[in-house]
Amino acid sequence: MAELDFRGAVCEALDEELEHDERVIFFGEDVAKPGGVFAVTPGLFEKYGEERVFDTPISELAMAGTAFGSAVAGLRPVMEIMFADFLPLVMDSLVNQAAKYWYLSNEQQSVPLVVRTAAGAGGRFGAVHSQMPVAWFHSVPGLKIVCPSTPGDAKALLKAAIRDENPVLFVEHKRLYSIRGEVNGDVGRIGEAKVVREGSDLTIVSSMVSLHECLAAAETLSGKGVDAEVIDVRTMRPLDTATILESVEKTNRLLVVEEGPRTGGWAGEILAAVTEDGLGHIDDIWRIATPDAPVPFSPPLEDAFLPGADAVVESVLSR
Amino acid sequence: MASQTDITAAADTSSEDEAAVYLGLYRRMRLIRRFEDHVQTLFQQSLVHGTTHLYSGEEAGAVGVASVLGDRDRVTATYRGHGAALALGVNPEALLAELLGRSTGVCAGRSGSMNVVDLEHRLIGCFSIVGGTIAAATGVGLALKRTGGVAVAFFGEGTTNQAYFAECLNFAKVYELPVLFMCENNGYGEFTPYQDVTAGAIADRPRALGIPADKIDGNDIWTVRATAAAAVERARNGEGPQFIESMTYRFVGHSRSDPGKYRVPGELDEWRLRDPLTVARTGLAERYGVSDDTLDDVDASVEDELNEVVEAAKAAPFPEPGETAREFKDG
Repeated sequence: MAELDFRGAVCEALDEELEHDERVIFFGEDVAKPGGVFAVTPGLFEKYGEERVFDTPISELAMAGTAFGSAVAGLRPVMEIMFADFLPLVMDSLVNQAAKYWYLSNEQQSVPLVVRTAAGAGGRFGAVHSQMPVAWFHSVPGLKIVCPSTPGDAKALLKAAIRDENPVLFVEHKRLYSIRGEVNGDVGRIGEAKVVREGSDLTIVSSMVSLHECLAAAETLSGKGVDAEVIDVRTMRPLDTATILESVEKTNRLLVVEEGPRTGGWAGEILAAVTEDGLGHIDDIWRIATPDAPVPFSPPLEDAFLPGADAVVESVLSR
Repeated sequence: MASQTDITAAADTSSEDEAAVYLGLYRRMRLIRRFEDHVQTLFQQSLVHGTTHLYSGEEAGAVGVASVLGDRDRVTATYRGHGAALALGVNPEALLAELLGRSTGVCAGRSGSMNVVDLEHRLIGCFSIVGGTIAAATGVGLALKRTGGVAVAFFGEGTTNQAYFAECLNFAKVYELPVLFMCENNGYGEFTPYQDVTAGAIADRPRALGIPADKIDGNDIWTVRATAAAAVERARNGEGPQFIESMTYRFVGHSRSDPGKYRVPGELDEWRLRDPLTVARTGLAERYGVSDDTLDDVDASVEDELNEVVEAAKAAPFPEPGETAREFKDG
């Protein structure tokens, strides 16, 4: 196993899948010759050429239509939407066309495309370059949503997304790009949550940057007599509620920590699912999410806005 | 299926062969017209559900373009897509059963009138969002560039004011994609005359990007077929996207709820004189000496075929409500 940063893991997954299957193409704004504005994809253009890795005009609608149409006609496109905040521009092709095609066509064909996007707050980008898009797409049947938290999962799950027969939204948190971790050449399995820390007193479920905050909180809590189990959701749709339910059966307490507005978020969906199917096992169940407000720009405001380890510890101890 | 080159060559070998080709195209147009008449009747009987958009009056466009496509080519059509589907060879009974929501429908009652997909007949899909055809065809063109195929996007003139139009035409030209943009200008974006909401001339927009654009009489099957053949040939030969503005007129309302009160008085009557079926009948008689009896026999055979189609579709079962859709394809 090698150690890579998150962006290197993403690039390696793209590289290996471009190598593995010549139907795979990759395009987006500034991704080819410049290598990506977050420096995630350098070298791919030089290695695979402009037929398979290319820069696009700033035309998100055309890009998404191209991803959909080329997938239906035999390619396996990977498209980068530079900031997740631009995803509303591609919603028609993703939601109305790609996600429904398998159903509408009566299973004549599925749409194997991947949309990679850099998401999330903490980068001082302000309200319109810091959003978490998961909730916007969470209620779209036919669209998978993958949210890796580690370099290892970023690589393995991106490889899986590219090989998947269905459209996949692949969310890369901007503040994870520089974290390092072990990666290998495995193709991951979409749709499986993972217990990343075992514990017996409380289950904490989270994703992406917040997951790391929760792991730090769990360490602090262990010194205060609370033994927390931590679960990485990894795939928002399809959601692996079985793994969470199994944990709650053991701990009887569930906290879900989401970076994203409280109302209509995926944390609420997990609370609902666990309540429906595991009510008899629940002693306590709650969530921490970001306020129902735009992400602030000013650093102290943005830091206070996000669910950090201290807030998680304080919330747990106050119950 | 013969390639586009084969079809064109066959049509050109002799006047007799050409007459046979155009007689076949006339039959296809007649089939579409009468199919839509049946849809309208079935709609009034509450057997066609929801809404539906008829192609009556525009038949030469889809039939002319489809006649020059080969087996490598693919088409995206609009929610006014029954004509394109039938022009491509989609089974009329399966199409009508789809409109009736039956399990024997081309998409087993899942798509309804506006979202029909039939990949076996090269129909990538009908798109119920304006501009969806352009977006999809741009991507299809990217894929077909590897195989020598051409993607065709049908769309109305109203689409030319959408973001998809500006973005995708530029995108297709930048990468020289083999896409034919087939703009069917029927004069109205839903209920609004297109001139009231459109700046400049439509064909000037592709031309500004360096995309060749022909503005043609879309009710003349000879004109449509010849123009489409040349455009598809250029696209196939690596000359990039092509554009046709095909002037036509719909003889019916935008959708079921539209009586067409916005039409200029007399306009419909004028266009009826240029009915693509009338133009075709006249042309067949004048160019090749095809008799009225022969044409009437064609019409009668269409009636017989569609009567069977209607009866079969009406007798077909509905899907079982208990069937659960699979959200994802495995693997």
